[in-house]
Amino acid sequence: MAAVADTPLLSVKGVTLRYRDQNGIVTATDKVEFQVSRGDRVVLLGPSGCGKSTLLKAVGGFLAPSEGNITLNGRQVAGPGPDRVMVFQEFDQLLPWKTVRENVAFGLLASRSLPKGEAHERALEAIRTVHLEQFADAYPHTLSGGMKQRVAIARCLAMKPEIILMDEPFAALDALSRRRMQDELLELWSEYQFTMLFVTHSIEEALLLGSRIVVMSPHPGRVEEIIEAEQLQAAAGAHPEIAERIRQVLFRDAPDYVI
Amino acid sequence: MKTDSTAVGMTVRGTVMHEGSPSTGPGILAQLWDKGWVRRAGLLILLCALWEWYATRLANPLMVPTFSATLQALVDAVRSGGLPARIVTSFKILLTGYGIGVLLALILAMAATMTRLGSDLLELCTSMFNPLPAIALLPLALLWFGLGNGSIIFVLIHAVLWPVALSAHGGFSAVNGTIRMVGRNYGLSGIRYAAVILIPAAFPSLLTGLRNGWAFAWRTLIAAELVFGVSSGSGGIGWFIYENKQQLEIPSVFAGLITVILIGIAVENLIFDRIERATVVKWGMKSSGGRNVKIRSAA
Repeated sequence: MAAVADTPLLSVKGVTLRYRDQNGIVTATDKVEFQVSRGDRVVLLGPSGCGKSTLLKAVGGFLAPSEGNITLNGRQVAGPGPDRVMVFQEFDQLLPWKTVRENVAFGLLASRSLPKGEAHERALEAIRTVHLEQFADAYPHTLSGGMKQRVAIARCLAMKPEIILMDEPFAALDALSRRRMQDELLELWSEYQFTMLFVTHSIEEALLLGSRIVVMSPHPGRVEEIIEAEQLQAAAGAHPEIAERIRQVLFRDAPDYVI
Repeated sequence: MKTDSTAVGMTVRGTVMHEGSPSTGPGILAQLWDKGWVRRAGLLILLCALWEWYATRLANPLMVPTFSATLQALVDAVRSGGLPARIVTSFKILLTGYGIGVLLALILAMAATMTRLGSDLLELCTSMFNPLPAIALLPLALLWFGLGNGSIIFVLIHAVLWPVALSAHGGFSAVNGTIRMVGRNYGLSGIRYAAVILIPAAFPSLLTGLRNGWAFAWRTLIAAELVFGVSSGSGGIGWFIYENKQQLEIPSVFAGLITVILIGIAVENLIFDRIERATVVKWGMKSSGGRNVKIRSAA
């Protein structure tokens, strides 16, 4: 048992990601290394261009690392799979031709995790946990942005995946809804203790949501510092000094006008 | 710039409002006049009255029969069961050709979406065959398939395949990356991915394509039947028109033409509009682009 607890759930080892665009080959991340244990809320924090989203997609299996490897439960990640469910920033991650309930059940049915009846039952359950039971039969285009993201989270919770991958899910929301969604996400976590890898460029959000924070620098993305749970817990709620430290790490090489 | 254009738009709408509600106030007549279908029905009645008046004055039923005679011929043809049988014949052939054409188009568009070579093939074929009117293939079809339904079906497939494949390919390619990733995230691939993600996500374009394909198929069918419904004993509506012209039953020729128009309208409004409301509109996926394409095809 102890051995199981000790081996990390997700391990990213020396991962270099390259992709091709019109100007040639771009190195998104360079020899990135970090680990996620069960029940962790790990935040990948960095400015735009640090490859954090690309890294998340690599964990999701949507692109293969050029160097290094990514393992989940000791098995190499070889492609997308329902054991790592992504929640995207874009509202159109919901299928517009399906109702809220069908969208949530879709994951379970597409991955053949549950038969139809049970899938719909579990979908309703998940919809209840994000307080959208009144909208179970509504189509996504009738929902607000925050509600759409909640449906996406419900779809992902219903799957009970090994790890939840969140790609700035609240970035497109207004400040008020964002704040509420962050609180709700934490509430959901304290209830279900899921493992989550969360990408953001907001220091505030990282401090609020993370139990560990992986701070990344841009061009190419490198891990600058990993702030551990103990440090975050010790600061208990208000983290002005940690925020300041992250800011210094992030803007170490930046010219003054950026800040 | 943007505020300018909205300001203009509002003024224009304002003027229309003034003209639409005259100083007499919202009387029943004015209210009726505001409804589009009332105005159009009024125009239609006017046009029919003009036709009746002109044909009566001309008094040459061999050239232009009166509206009432045409209507009478239509009623007779329907009553005798002659016309309904022709319609059934036409639809059997039409649905066969349309069905095969749409199926081939979907396969071709799918191949074009999944592979680069498929995309090249689709582009090459559509640029070659799209400008070729289906009816121009009729002589060849006659040579290959003989006099009969086979030839018409071949020509119909040609009429449907290219425009539908183009729309479908456009639709598949435009499916946004997030939805694609969602599909793959939950382990979908191959046929299931196409059926569960690609086809519904591309449905607005697909529906536009099906509409265009229908419009092409319907016109082609009537034209083809006019040319060689002659041979087959039970011709369709095109043959009905041709036959009656040979027998100088000109009111029946007009009745045949009206039938073609009525069926065209019925399919557009009863079938396609209904499908659109039950799907694309309900899902909030209706794109404004669809309408433009539809207008172009009708021209």
